[in-house]
Amino acid sequence: MSTTANQKAGIGSVLWDYLTTVDHKKIAILYLIGGMFFFLVGGLQAMLIRIQLIVPENEFLSAQFYNEVLTMHGTTMIFLAAMPLLFALMNAVLPLQIGARDVAFPFVNALGFWLFFFGGIFLNISWFTGGAPDAGWTAYAPLSVFSEGHGVDYYSIGLQIAGFGTLMAGINFLVTVINMRAPGMTYMRMPLFTWTSFIASVLILFAFPALTVGLFLLTFDRLFGANFFNPDMGGNAIIWEHLFWIFGHPEVYILILPAFGVFSEVIPAFAKKRLFGYSSMVFATILIAFLGFMVWAHHMFTVGLGPIANSIFAVATMAIAVPTGIKIFNWLFTLWGGQIRMTSPMVFALGFIPTFTIGGMTGVMLASAAADFQYHDSYFVVAHFHYVIVGGVVLGIFAGLIYWWPKMFGTLLNEKLNHWFFWLFFIGFHLTFFLQHFLGLMGMPRRYWTYLEGQNLDLFNLISTIGAFFMAVGTLVFLYNVVKTQMKGEKVSGDPWDARTLEWSIPSPPPFYNFKQEPLVRGLDPLWIEKMQGNGKIQPAEPLGDIHMPNRSLTPFMISLGLFIAGFGIMYQGGMWVLAGIGFATTLGSMLYRSLKDDIGYHVHKEELEEEGDGSNG
Amino acid sequence: MADHTNSVENSEKHEFYKKKHREQMKHQVVTFVMMIAFTLIAFGLVIAEVSAMFTIPIILVLAAVQVLFQLYYFMHMNEEGHQWPAVMIYSGIFAAVLTILALTTITWW
Repeated sequence: MSTTANQKAGIGSVLWDYLTTVDHKKIAILYLIGGMFFFLVGGLQAMLIRIQLIVPENEFLSAQFYNEVLTMHGTTMIFLAAMPLLFALMNAVLPLQIGARDVAFPFVNALGFWLFFFGGIFLNISWFTGGAPDAGWTAYAPLSVFSEGHGVDYYSIGLQIAGFGTLMAGINFLVTVINMRAPGMTYMRMPLFTWTSFIASVLILFAFPALTVGLFLLTFDRLFGANFFNPDMGGNAIIWEHLFWIFGHPEVYILILPAFGVFSEVIPAFAKKRLFGYSSMVFATILIAFLGFMVWAHHMFTVGLGPIANSIFAVATMAIAVPTGIKIFNWLFTLWGGQIRMTSPMVFALGFIPTFTIGGMTGVMLASAAADFQYHDSYFVVAHFHYVIVGGVVLGIFAGLIYWWPKMFGTLLNEKLNHWFFWLFFIGFHLTFFLQHFLGLMGMPRRYWTYLEGQNLDLFNLISTIGAFFMAVGTLVFLYNVVKTQMKGEKVSGDPWDARTLEWSIPSPPPFYNFKQEPLVRGLDPLWIEKMQGNGKIQPAEPLGDIHMPNRSLTPFMISLGLFIAGFGIMYQGGMWVLAGIGFATTLGSMLYRSLKDDIGYHVHKEELEEEGDGSNG
Repeated sequence: MADHTNSVENSEKHEFYKKKHREQMKHQVVTFVMMIAFTLIAFGLVIAEVSAMFTIPIILVLAAVQVLFQLYYFMHMNEEGHQWPAVMIYSGIFAAVLTILALTTITWW
């Protein structure tokens, strides 16, 4: 277990290392690579959409292919890019922030990643087998039931597999936060990123089952002759919309809350002040989660639920602006009077505040049920959700990646290139989406593959496409920065930002056991307390002793691979049923192997630990 | 001396836990008897062919109380250190009830 053994690892051993890892820091890197790959795929699809809409009556993409690209852009960005990138951040820093040596269930953590990975690959194989899903990312019945070919089957089964992974990751973080906090790390001393990830995990626990049920019904309707969404046979097509949005609305809070958490870490660190209104931030997070469960029908105002239902959901939706407003003001008050350093994560945070506020404001406009009849299914809605998701979640993800990059890889991304990335992306973003508000108000419907000339839509669409190219160039600058920084491999100290929380008190990247001795937490922002009142090092809460670590395992990979193979059998049926047999045998066999084999892990001995320095950030 | 105080403490502790266990046992027996009574009442109402408008709500209420007995007395949710399971169970019930309520009122009714 000495570090020198890993110095000259061949490509094969690195691959084996990552296939079998149960270390949360390596799983974070896997999530990062997987999420980044799908982010680029989704971005490419976005560029195809914008090129198609650059001029009226364009024939760049066929109508059918446009539907597929549009569906896959939404599905990929939400399920396969934003969620895994957030899981990358959670895996990388959440255990470190609470002073834990790993997550509660390292094996389940690996299983969660591989299920996501195979679900995503499954979904994207549809491009090569006769057409991707084409019923929109919301896959409303009855369109999704009658959609020809196997596209929507890839959607329902692929998301089912990926969804299992997400559910497991959520449960894992819940148990980790409840049970694995270091001595002194009370709930009200947890960093805000840990808090928001915790609450997002609660939302995952309660929201994803609705998606699971919905996808099962859709799968059975399409593949096994069920009639859940068929009114002729006593079914009801609206049930899908309800189930989808009972999951789908909490889902957007699952995405945005961790991003809020990132900004709540970045802003205090670079304003050199503790977070203003910490307890109200926690309270607001819980309130958003609570309200998030009773607003789903605001996606369905035009379905015909009746004025009473519409009014209730409209009021509940507007109420969410209150806790969100509390957060915005707390960030502003944290900045007030702080010693602000304009580092790139801070610039992302500062760009986020006005952008997200605009998105929130159009959200309140949309929440007004009567007005929504005008906005519904127009580009106004497209502009709104890109303002909150790109302006909130994506800026949050990049702020977090740049901020925690040293903790994940031990290197610091080039600040100058980060600023270039921010400005290209930020200006491009507003060029692309600000004008779409007006395109919507002028009557341009969303999801249409083209539009007619002479309706005053030409210029704004052209500008919008130009903006998309700015965003693409910005992303390429970031990728170049990553490659350049990792090639150079210049190591930095464990605390390059002079930050406040526990993860910065250990080396970068941390040793595989994270904390040599469990840290003693004396308050909120524990590292800052030690910097101000102590010697700048976290005091240990236990004497140096043996550390219990989990063994690596290929079983999570095999369980997920089995479901991936079984998916094809279920979809194509006939002679392909044999694949379902092989797949489920692999999955169940791997689970049986895991259950019957006693795996009690191993110990890192005290003597080995003593050779490796004091485990502090120096 | 130290040994002596320890043994006194231990016997006190022992007494305390003995008392506690006795109390727990009493609670479990009482709830068990009540649960049997509830089941008999439910069956009795059906056998006696009392109006369905009366029987159905009564059975539902009895069922809910039985679930609470089960959780609190047999699965120890009334003891310390069960706040998180309680929070999670009630949040789950809240989300599920909200869903069912909304679907019954605006879709199925």
